[in-house]
Amino acid sequence: MAQFNFASFSDFIAMGGYGFFVWLSFGGSLLALLVLAIYSKRQQQNFIAEQVNRAAREQRVRQQQSREQV
Amino acid sequence: MFKWLDPYAKPQVLFATLLWWQRGLMPLAILVLLIGTVWGLGFTPADYQQGDSYRIIHVHVPSAIWSMGVYAWMAIAAFIALVWQVKTAQWAIGAMAPIGAVYTLIALFTGAAWGKPMWGTWWVWDARLTSELILLFLFLGVMALQNAFADRQTGDKASAVLAVVGVVNLPIIHFSVEWWNTLHQGATITKFAKPSMDPSMLWPLLICIVGFALLFGALTCLRLRTAILQHEAHRPWVRQYIQEQRDGTV
Repeated sequence: MAQFNFASFSDFIAMGGYGFFVWLSFGGSLLALLVLAIYSKRQQQNFIAEQVNRAAREQRVRQQQSREQV
Repeated sequence: MFKWLDPYAKPQVLFATLLWWQRGLMPLAILVLLIGTVWGLGFTPADYQQGDSYRIIHVHVPSAIWSMGVYAWMAIAAFIALVWQVKTAQWAIGAMAPIGAVYTLIALFTGAAWGKPMWGTWWVWDARLTSELILLFLFLGVMALQNAFADRQTGDKASAVLAVVGVVNLPIIHFSVEWWNTLHQGATITKFAKPSMDPSMLWPLLICIVGFALLFGALTCLRLRTAILQHEAHRPWVRQYIQEQRDGTV
C-alpha cells in the first residue's frame, strides 16, 4: 500500500507551494460537475412535478364537468 | 445482426433500461472518482520536475480524454439519428452535449491552472489549446442549434449535422501535439507504447479516467431519461408513469 506522501495536513494543503493551483483545479472541476449533475436532476424532477400538477388539474376539470352535467 | 438492439430504441423500454444503468453507474462513478482523486492527491510521490503541481493531471487528462470521447459518442448518436431516423438517438445528442461541454470546460480550466505555474501563462494560442477551445464551441453550437429553429425537427437535424461534421476536429486535437510545434506536451499514455509514467503514478490516473467515463455514462442515463419524458409526455405510458410518481409522493 502506498504511503501518505505528506508529513502533515498543512503540508497536504500547501501542495509544495502549488496549493492554490491544485485546489483551484480540483475545486473548480468538482463545482462544475456538481452543477451539471444537480441541474440535470432538478430538470427531471421539475418536469415530473409539472406533469403531476397538470394531471391533477385535468382530473379536477373532468370532475367539475361531470358534476355540471348531472 | 443488430436485431437484438431494436427493442432498446423504443422509448418506453429504453427509459426503464436507463434507470437500471443509472442506479448502478452513479454510485460506482462517485466511488471510483473518490478513490482516484484521494490516491492521486495524497498517496503518490511528487513529480521530480513539477513537484506537487502535477497532481492536476488527475482531473485534466481524464476530462480532456472524455471531452473527445463524449463528442465521439454524440457524433455516433447523430449519425444514427440522421441515417436511420432513430428518435431516441436524436434525443441522446441533446442529453450528451452539455456533459461534453462541461468536460471540455474542466479540461481548459485545469489546463490553465496547470499552465500558470509550469509555463508561466494561463493561456497560449497553441494548436492543442485552440483546437480544444473549438471543441467547446462545437458542443455549445450543437446545444444552441437544437433550439434555434421554430420547427423543432429542423433544429434537431441541423444539430445532428453539425455534430457529425465536427468530428474532423477530433483528429486535429489528438495529433495537434505532433503536427505542430506546441507548448503542450505530447501524449503520456498511448495504446502502442509503454507509458512514460511510473506505475505508482499511472494507476490513480487510470482510475480517474475510468471514473470520468462512468460519470459520463450515469449522467447520460439521467439526462436521456428526462428527454424521453419530455418528448413522450402525451403517451399513455408516460401518463401512467406520472400517475405512479404522483401516488408515490402523496
